[in-house]
Amino acid sequence: MTAASAGGEPTPAGSWTVRTRDRITRIVPPGQALPDRQPAYMSSWIYVFGILTVAALLVVVATGVLLAVGGVAWWHVSRTGHFVNSLHLWSVELFFAFMVIHLWGKFWMAAWRGNRALTWMTGVVAFLGSIGTAFTGYLSQSNFDSQWISTQAKDGLNAVGVGAYFNVLNPGQMLMWHITLLPLVLGAIVGLHLVLVRRHGIVPPIDAEGPDDVDLQEAGAL
Amino acid sequence: MTATTAARPVRRRSSGTPDSHGFPTRPYDLVKEFVVALVVVTILTVILAAAFSSPDEKAMTMSDWAAAAPNDVVATAAGELAGTTTSAGYGPPYNTAADGQMLGPLPLQKWGGVRIPVDSAQDLVVTPLSHVTGNPDLTAALATWTAASADQQTTWASAYSDALSKAPDGDPKQVATGDYGPVPTMSEAFLTLAGSGGLEGALSSSTTFYASDQTRPLLLLSDGSYLEDQARARHLGGDQWGMMNETGNYPGQPWMWLYTFWYQIPPFSTSDNADALVWGLMMLLTLLLVLVPFIPGLRSIPRWIPVHHLIWRDWYRDHPRRRA
Repeated sequence: MTAASAGGEPTPAGSWTVRTRDRITRIVPPGQALPDRQPAYMSSWIYVFGILTVAALLVVVATGVLLAVGGVAWWHVSRTGHFVNSLHLWSVELFFAFMVIHLWGKFWMAAWRGNRALTWMTGVVAFLGSIGTAFTGYLSQSNFDSQWISTQAKDGLNAVGVGAYFNVLNPGQMLMWHITLLPLVLGAIVGLHLVLVRRHGIVPPIDAEGPDDVDLQEAGAL
Repeated sequence: MTATTAARPVRRRSSGTPDSHGFPTRPYDLVKEFVVALVVVTILTVILAAAFSSPDEKAMTMSDWAAAAPNDVVATAAGELAGTTTSAGYGPPYNTAADGQMLGPLPLQKWGGVRIPVDSAQDLVVTPLSHVTGNPDLTAALATWTAASADQQTTWASAYSDALSKAPDGDPKQVATGDYGPVPTMSEAFLTLAGSGGLEGALSSSTTFYASDQTRPLLLLSDGSYLEDQARARHLGGDQWGMMNETGNYPGQPWMWLYTFWYQIPPFSTSDNADALVWGLMMLLTLLLVLVPFIPGLRSIPRWIPVHHLIWRDWYRDHPRRRA
């Protein structure tokens, strides 16, 4: 990368920008981030649930942001606030429904094949992170459900030593985890998951062989 | 939309699965799909919210508790003073009264440490009462309590707690005569404080103006029986799949069904270490789910149970496989 632009000095070989760009290009080659074509075998309704999950996550975040505008107790005293809370609740229910269908779909596709194990693992971790995030949401409602769920859940968390650090009886701590820490972590995991999906493409059918398959076994590569 | 392009040569990876980028392709508008999905999910969310709303049963207050179950409040206060409540004998992270649950040989609860110290008698009853003014009888009772030895305190409180349990409906007014020291006065004052609406503040704001930590009020509420009675009436008990439900006819957290399921069956439902055992099992199952791609047998289930024939039926129809 020493080529000079017109009339300028050449870009140094050690440019951090160039290295970062090269790294990004290696991770997801040009055209793969937003391809306008997909493998012909990608022809099933099950594929819709991945993008539905992402869409529902955005609605969850958007309705959560709206709730945050009014503050912790707003939805208890305002009809508008209560409706926004209802939007948040039902978007979460849809999010989980889509995600569980997506997860089962990927299981039956054995979608970890072809060096996609990390894609599967980040998906499972995102599912677990979503459960934790939703759980802290239930603890942050400041109503009877929060009281009961927190007093029940404390025993499980305390029994394995986690409750000493993650106190479900402290709604201040739970709210901060719910609206900052866990969404940030979950967002990062989902981002990584999507990058891996685009990097490796959609997993081919089990035992699929392309029309011009190069059989590496015959070539002695396996 | 249905026209496909010729394929690049398909390269088979070392894992045996061909590179997806070498297969024939067809036009696919990802952005359009996402926008349509976003619109559909938004509309569905609005419809569900408008049709079903969301549950919001107001939080139980100490005043509610005092009005609905005064005898339970008195019994709980006496129990805290006697050291017989759940929180008083809990162990970590609140106190050292017990070691807590074990996961096999592992005392994970003990290892977590006492990081949220709570002295049930002092923090949940005596300290809130010490903030009450204008009650000479209570002031004298607190002075007597404070001056007594720990053994004497326990003797008084245990005797009163036992007497309450034997009284009709646990009614303090019908307790048999006995030597209970200052405990009846303190318990009665505690009921008055709870009924006045001042107990929450005395519990949660004793060290700070901005109280966001409700550990003490919630421990006190769960030491009584009224909270659980109310929850069970709403089918939220632990043996009623309560962890995943919420008030009203709402779906709650159905994604926690497996975690809640273990609490319904032996040995978990009858074990003193149920929480630790369920958590241990769920951590193991979670690890298995994460590591499915690497576990022989488990990773082959999708091949043995051919649901994938439905998913890729178009492909398999046009591309019969060599292997069965």
